[in-house]
Amino acid sequence: MKTARREAWTGRVLLLVLMAFTLMPFVSLFVTALHPSGTYPLGLDWPDDPQWGNFADAFTAARMTELLTSSVLIVLGVVPISLVVATMAGFAIGHLRIPGRRFVFVAFVLGLTLPFEGIITPLYYLVRDMGILNTRWAIILPLIGLFMPFSVFWMRAHFVNMPEELSESARIDGASTWQLFWKVHVPLAAPATSSLAILLFLWTWNQFLLAIVLVDDPLQRTMSGALGAFQGQWGTDIPLLCAGSLLILTPTLLVFLIFQRRFVSALLQGSLKG
Amino acid sequence: MKAAVQRRRNWAGWLFVLPAAAFYVVFVIQPLAMTVQYSLYSWDGIGVAAWNGVQNYLRVFTDPDLFAAILNALKLIVFFSAVPVVLGLAIAATIRRIAASRLALVARTVIFLPQVIPLVAAGITWSWLLSSTGLVNQLLTAIGLEGVTRAWLGDFSTALPAVGVIGAWVLLGLCTLLLLAGMSKIDPALYEAARLDGAGAFREFFSITLPSLRQEIGVCVTVTVVAALASFDIVYISTQGGPGNASMVPGLEIYYLAFSEREVGLASALAVVLTVLVIACALPIQWLTRDRSS
Repeated sequence: MKTARREAWTGRVLLLVLMAFTLMPFVSLFVTALHPSGTYPLGLDWPDDPQWGNFADAFTAARMTELLTSSVLIVLGVVPISLVVATMAGFAIGHLRIPGRRFVFVAFVLGLTLPFEGIITPLYYLVRDMGILNTRWAIILPLIGLFMPFSVFWMRAHFVNMPEELSESARIDGASTWQLFWKVHVPLAAPATSSLAILLFLWTWNQFLLAIVLVDDPLQRTMSGALGAFQGQWGTDIPLLCAGSLLILTPTLLVFLIFQRRFVSALLQGSLKG
Repeated sequence: MKAAVQRRRNWAGWLFVLPAAAFYVVFVIQPLAMTVQYSLYSWDGIGVAAWNGVQNYLRVFTDPDLFAAILNALKLIVFFSAVPVVLGLAIAATIRRIAASRLALVARTVIFLPQVIPLVAAGITWSWLLSSTGLVNQLLTAIGLEGVTRAWLGDFSTALPAVGVIGAWVLLGLCTLLLLAGMSKIDPALYEAARLDGAGAFREFFSITLPSLRQEIGVCVTVTVVAALASFDIVYISTQGGPGNASMVPGLEIYYLAFSEREVGLASALAVVLTVLVIACALPIQWLTRDRSS
């Protein structure tokens, strides 16, 4: 009993230390953002005269409204198409038992750990030849392809567990495969697709490499790519850079805090399956 | 008759795979094949490409700068992988008993934050923390270690470990939570039996916890090793591979070679080597730690 209590206390202290270690960078960022623009403050130093206006300045300097619009457009391009296409494929491979399904599945699985740097060079020339370089499509279309192995993997894992009888009875009622898919299986797959949507949103929003290679204009990039450009432009003005970074972080943080349960379980499951 | 309908229906199922396969082939398989093709040529990205055989690959392994980048990626595994997995195990084992408390639920959200924010933001934040006037040096000074303070990311001997610390910060929370989730699936009766037999916390950890977590540890190691080998965002933002070449990694080198130095062939050879390295590391780990029963 005594040891159990001691263990509980050690656990609590450790948790607090871990939380402090995780949060400390954000606190330092926040405090620094309040210092007068252009100064070189110490890491953790509350300013005498907090400059709340820095956030407004950073909002204008980073052109936040345009950045948000751009990121949202990219997410709206990637997520719905990926979901529909991957759900269909997962359904066929996991449930319809199409001939050659093992081969198709392995082909997708091999792409799971592929580093994006491995194909970024030809992707540049490919996208250029398609005439979509420097447009948002240059990020959207390749990302759908790059996320496809995981998306198909994820959806197949859902569909292999769907009982065969479900489809049998729909077939007896005269449903075609297409109707069976949309009327019966898509609604039932909602938990799997919504978790996948969360993961795809996050990975798109945070995508950096494709954004900086394939799109020159920061205003056509993802949030992450824009943040890189912002650092290049304002890197010497530490308080403004910190304020800008915090602003660019805010949308993800808000979405995370609203959907935190789903996020954590989706990400944990996502890495377990991946 | 029925079998024929069934067969036709099964082949029709391929239509469902077609769009996904199209995206995958056009934007992943095709560029992958192109990378292999480019890697055998000498090409500046504009003019005519000249056949170069395996020369590019020879350079990847003999050019000290290029090979150093590969070695750096391997060294980063210590920070990205070993540190988060070992610390994560220790932390998860300690907080296992209070995993359902309210504090632990709050902590779950908090220690997950680094997984949600862009790596670019983690890079910017830590560049500031590790700078000469940053929080790290401020803390060191406070405990009387002014002697070791420096611009951590700008120093030849500390740039790479400093990048590693950023990676460890990003991945520690994920590993801890994954391992904790795994521990919650272990039958509590096992622990009670061990306690009755007089096993201490250490004995318990090595005889029960560790063996049961095979799969979760495998996942943590795979995810973090891939993150180390294919690191790009953090290095790009915090050091650009410098000072000199001290923190250069293959991902960044590919980017520079292909888009600044116009050595598309060489960049592609390095890309092939990196891809093979990632797969060569990920597959055996998966295989070794796979649950034998399933």
